[in-house]
Amino acid sequence: MSRTLKKALNWLVLCVVVLWSVAPFVWQIITSFKPSAELATLPPLLPASPTLDNYISVFSDRPFGRIILNSLVVASLTTVLSILVGSLAAFGLAVLKPRGGYLFLGFVLTVSMFPPISTVSPLYIIIRELGLRDTVLALIITYTTFSLPLTIWILTNFFRSIPRELYLSARVDGCTSFQIFYRIFLPVAAPGLFATAILVFIFAWNEFLFALTFTSTVRARTVPVEIALFPGVHEMPWAEIAAASVIVTVPVVLLVFLFQRRIIEGLTAGAVKR
Amino acid sequence: MKDRREGYRFLLPAAVVLLFVTVYPLFYVFWLSLHRRHLIFDISRFSGLENYAFLLQDERFLRALWNTVYFTVLSVGLELVLGMVVALSLQRAFSGRGIVRALVLLPWALPTVVSARMWEWMYNTDFGIINYLLGVDVNWLGSPFWALNAAVLMDVWKTTPFVALILMAGLQVIPRELYRSAMVDGAGSLYIFWRITLPLLKPVILVVLLFRTIDAFRVFDAIYVLTGGGPANTTETLSIYAYKVLFQTLQFGYGSTIAMVVFLCVGFISVFYVRLLSR
Repeated sequence: MSRTLKKALNWLVLCVVVLWSVAPFVWQIITSFKPSAELATLPPLLPASPTLDNYISVFSDRPFGRIILNSLVVASLTTVLSILVGSLAAFGLAVLKPRGGYLFLGFVLTVSMFPPISTVSPLYIIIRELGLRDTVLALIITYTTFSLPLTIWILTNFFRSIPRELYLSARVDGCTSFQIFYRIFLPVAAPGLFATAILVFIFAWNEFLFALTFTSTVRARTVPVEIALFPGVHEMPWAEIAAASVIVTVPVVLLVFLFQRRIIEGLTAGAVKR
Repeated sequence: MKDRREGYRFLLPAAVVLLFVTVYPLFYVFWLSLHRRHLIFDISRFSGLENYAFLLQDERFLRALWNTVYFTVLSVGLELVLGMVVALSLQRAFSGRGIVRALVLLPWALPTVVSARMWEWMYNTDFGIINYLLGVDVNWLGSPFWALNAAVLMDVWKTTPFVALILMAGLQVIPRELYRSAMVDGAGSLYIFWRITLPLLKPVILVVLLFRTIDAFRVFDAIYVLTGGGPANTTETLSIYAYKVLFQTLQFGYGSTIAMVVFLCVGFISVFYVRLLSR
């Protein structure tokens, strides 16, 4: 194969891949600007009289603002807690190396494979007994736990890559291990913490099964549940669903575009040994 | 020595949370699966392995098991092949790489529920863009033949980028000299792929397969939104069936039994891949 042909072929694949990834999303954006009356006619593909009505009615006719707030609270608190608990454990495993540390890491990896459906029934009973049904707290606790394996795994690898001399010399200077943890290792590991935080946030923002079972009203309902249960009076309000989808995708798109390199670092940290 | 003992204190919070929220429920779900338990009528009776025995006569369960296996094998297979093609063609550096990576990551980062809604609208029989572009009139989500395949296609759309990105990271670790010397020896690109790229990429491929297989086997969100298990249970997977038994008919005993089966299958899949990996 000649060089130019090969190059052209690469470009072709590239264009197809990008188009394939983006097209459904573009279609959703187009739909979100269509007045309901125009949904039933194809062509034209583009809205003849584009409108913001769908965006307005998502907030005025539905409690979408509250639901986004719920999701933001759940996702951010989950992220903070998961990083807090996870970085402590990762520091313990990577730096202090307690006996049986590998066993613990193995246990953590095993937990990461638990299917959510396998624990949802007992968790539902427990949450009901504790009176936590339909609270954001129930979701925060569950999400923090289920994101811990990822957090611990990535951060353990990250802490391991920090030179041990840093720890030893601080030890000689009389720092306690906790001081070393939060004065030295946390700042040094900031990029890793950041990558992990993004992944945890995306996980908590997107989670559906637990949110569907543990919440029942607007009080604690999160975005994915609202979008899945989007009620229509007579028929599916496709244009409104499209507008809602676009709105809740914005934070994710921002995260992805700003931090794609970090996200990929985090994702591949476990899969690819360097 | 003191360090090591101190290490436990750092592990404690994580250990407590994990024990209470994942391990204890797992024992609990096993316990539930040995009961006949109905949440509304407050019935709870120990029934030993009766629920497990019933699984084998439950045609709906066997159907769900088959659907899950079909979904998993087809979607993971397609994702691996397509992901490999994409990774191989994008591995060399080019301008605009960052933007392309971000665009490709987009489907993966979206909430599954949102992407399922997007596809549901595109699959719409009367006003869907897929029928319009193909010039056909297929009821994608309403036909027993197409519905599960439509769900597979959505999953392939959503996760192929993820597979491709991890494979790309794996490709970058393979030393360039290996390719160069093979080329000097006059090896063709197909030969290089089979003899150099594939064997060296094997661990990464296995890790990707492990993640993807487990994820696909427990599929819930996509199918719940796209079809809810219909038409006539032809797209019902194990997670969907378990969810319906648990939270729609409130049979916590039998529902937990199905949930246990999902757990055991996923455990089996993990052990299988981990053994391959450690060989």
